[in-house]
Amino acid sequence: MAVTEQEILAGLGKIVNEITGIPATEVTPEKSFVDDLDIDSLSMVEIAVAAQDEFGVEIPDDQLKHLKTVKDVINFIQA
Amino acid sequence: MRLSQGAPGAKILAFGGYQPADIVTNDDLAKRIDTNDEWIQTRVGIKERRVAGPGESEIDLAVQAGGKALAASGLSHADIDLVIVATCTLEAQIPNASARVAHRLGIDAPGAFDVNAACAGFCYALSAAADAVRAGSAKHVLVVGTEKLSQWVDWDDRATAVIFADGAGAAVVGPSDTPRIGPVVWGSSGDKSEVISVANRQSFLHQEGQTVFRWATTTLHPVAKLACERAGVDPAELSAFVPHQANLRIIEAIARKLGADNAVIARDIVLAGNTSAASIPLALSRMVERGEVQPGGLALLLGFGAGLTYAGQVIEIP
Repeated sequence: MAVTEQEILAGLGKIVNEITGIPATEVTPEKSFVDDLDIDSLSMVEIAVAAQDEFGVEIPDDQLKHLKTVKDVINFIQA
Repeated sequence: MRLSQGAPGAKILAFGGYQPADIVTNDDLAKRIDTNDEWIQTRVGIKERRVAGPGESEIDLAVQAGGKALAASGLSHADIDLVIVATCTLEAQIPNASARVAHRLGIDAPGAFDVNAACAGFCYALSAAADAVRAGSAKHVLVVGTEKLSQWVDWDDRATAVIFADGAGAAVVGPSDTPRIGPVVWGSSGDKSEVISVANRQSFLHQEGQTVFRWATTTLHPVAKLACERAGVDPAELSAFVPHQANLRIIEAIARKLGADNAVIARDIVLAGNTSAASIPLALSRMVERGEVQPGGLALLLGFGAGLTYAGQVIEIP
């Protein structure tokens, strides 16, 4: 059964919090990782790796650079 | 035919390190490229690095570090019968570095060869040295990691200029009744050869930082754990973890996953930058100097870099 958007959002919030210390509640779909959450490219790699462990979907580096917002990542995981 | 009589084990007798005099700060770099101190410190963890002067070669750096290790070991140059230099930044590949370093140190006619496993080079060379002592093909080995990365870096490329630096580190290896250099765990991923590379003799060093970061933070902690397991050492027993000083965030990520809860983590990168094959012995020499590690303590070394290559082993601090 596919994971819901809400489940992915909750999982991403937890991952972002563990890696960057940003409160999970700040991680909402419209937020940009770089511009709104101030997350750098190396932390994005750590988030992608943790998301792969959590959701079983690999996000390669060449795809990662196109995923600007939290919603973009949710869509990628659901696709 | 018969075999040489080797030693039951091998040990490190002493370390030596050398950094060139010229300091390049993050502010110095910011005058030339679009970067700043805060950006470099948060992404890479470096505050300053050293670069060799125009007349100072990677051989000169190696002679300084090797001479210090030899002096600290209490041995004479006549005791050394093998010299191994780990380097990937020679200005010219012929002749090799090790014969020149040996000659400059007054070591008469030793076996002399270079190892190129990039930033993993010191751990490969140390393993070869320990094996040579155990097999009886050498009695005392001088192992040196030396790099002059400044001559391969494009100082206008902010992806590499902020990271790499020059330096050298060395160790003297000799026989021991008990094992004091553990089994090496080594390997490579040639499928990723292009992510850290120099395309040709006219090119500078190129690195795909994100790909290297992902590889290092996801594939190396099992290698570190296996090196402990092969030596029969629990990570909690380590008094030091000395990985290649590539990037502070890689170092901390691997350390976290290793579970070396009682170990001092080498953070020499802060004031030395990434000196490739020199970084592990350089860090160790300074940790010994500052009393951060004690004789008899166990340290896990873990080299990794271009190739991609990696190698790690547990050692006892001399």
